[in-house]
Amino acid sequence: MSAAVIVFPGSNCDRDCKVAVERSTGARVDMVWHQDTTLPEGLDLIVLPGGFSYGDYLRCGAMAAQSPIMQAVKKAADDGVAVVGICNGFQILCEAGMLPGALLRNAGLKYVCKLVSLEVANPNTRFTAGYQDQTEVIMTQGNGDGNFFADAETLARLEGEGQVVFRYVDNPNGSVNSIAGIQNARGNVLGMMPHPDRAFEAELGSADGATLFRSVLDAA
Amino acid sequence: MAKVKVHIFLKPGVLDVQGKAVEGALNGLGWTGVSEARVGKLIQFDYAGDDVEAEVKKMCDTLLANTVIESYRIEVE
Repeated sequence: MSAAVIVFPGSNCDRDCKVAVERSTGARVDMVWHQDTTLPEGLDLIVLPGGFSYGDYLRCGAMAAQSPIMQAVKKAADDGVAVVGICNGFQILCEAGMLPGALLRNAGLKYVCKLVSLEVANPNTRFTAGYQDQTEVIMTQGNGDGNFFADAETLARLEGEGQVVFRYVDNPNGSVNSIAGIQNARGNVLGMMPHPDRAFEAELGSADGATLFRSVLDAA
Repeated sequence: MAKVKVHIFLKPGVLDVQGKAVEGALNGLGWTGVSEARVGKLIQFDYAGDDVEAEVKKMCDTLLANTVIESYRIEVE
C-alpha cells in the first residue's frame, strides 16, 4: 500500500502525517512538493497536511488550492483515490472546490488547541469503518479558522446524504451543526479540522487517529 | 495601466466575528451609536491588459474571494 503527503510552503504537520500513516498502517509514504505536477503511481491515499500554507495570507488554504499539484490531486480523487485533508488540508479542499462549505474564523476569535471528543456521525464510510461500535473518538485540535460554514441548502444535503463524518461533542469553534469533518458525495474525500495525525499512539493522548488511517487503507 | 481596487466582505448572514469584536470595542469606548460593523479587505493593484473588468472578475472568482462566504466589488480607474 502506498500513500503521499503533499507539502505546501508553510505546511507544518507534513512530517507528522508521514510518521502517523507509516506507523499506523505500514504503508510507504512519499512526500510530494506542491510545485510538482504528477503524483507517484498506484496511490491508495493522499494526505493534505495541517499548517499555515502561504502564511494563511488572503484566506486559509486559498493559494495552496491553486498549486500545480492540486490538479493531479483532483484527478486522483476523480479516479477514486482516497484523499484526507486535515486542518489546513481541510481548508485547502474547500478552497479547491473538492468539498462544499468553508472554514471561518473561530466564533470565540481564539486559537483553540486541545484534545476534543468527536462523535462518529457516520460509521459507514471508508474513513470510519474501523471504529465499528466505537461511537466517540478523541483527537487533538489546533486552529484559529475551524468554524465550518455552509449555506442551508448545502447543509441539508450534507446531513441528508450522510456526508457529515465527525461532529464535536462540545463545539469549540462555532461550527454549524457542530461539524468537525465531512466527506464528498462519492465518499472518497474527507476533510476534518481535528488531527488524527496527532493521535495515533496512546503516548500522544489517544490512538484513535491510527484507526482512521487503517480504515482508509483496509478499504483500498 | 488600470488602477484596480477590489473590496471584499463576508456576505450578509455570515458571522463576522472580527466585525463583532470591533463593534463591541467601539461601543465599550462610548460610541454606543455604532452597529453593524463589518471587517473586510481592500486589495489594490495595477493591471496592464485588455478587458480589465472581466479579467479582474475572473481573478476574484478564482482566487481573491471565496464566493461561498464572501462578496466583492470591483473599482477600476
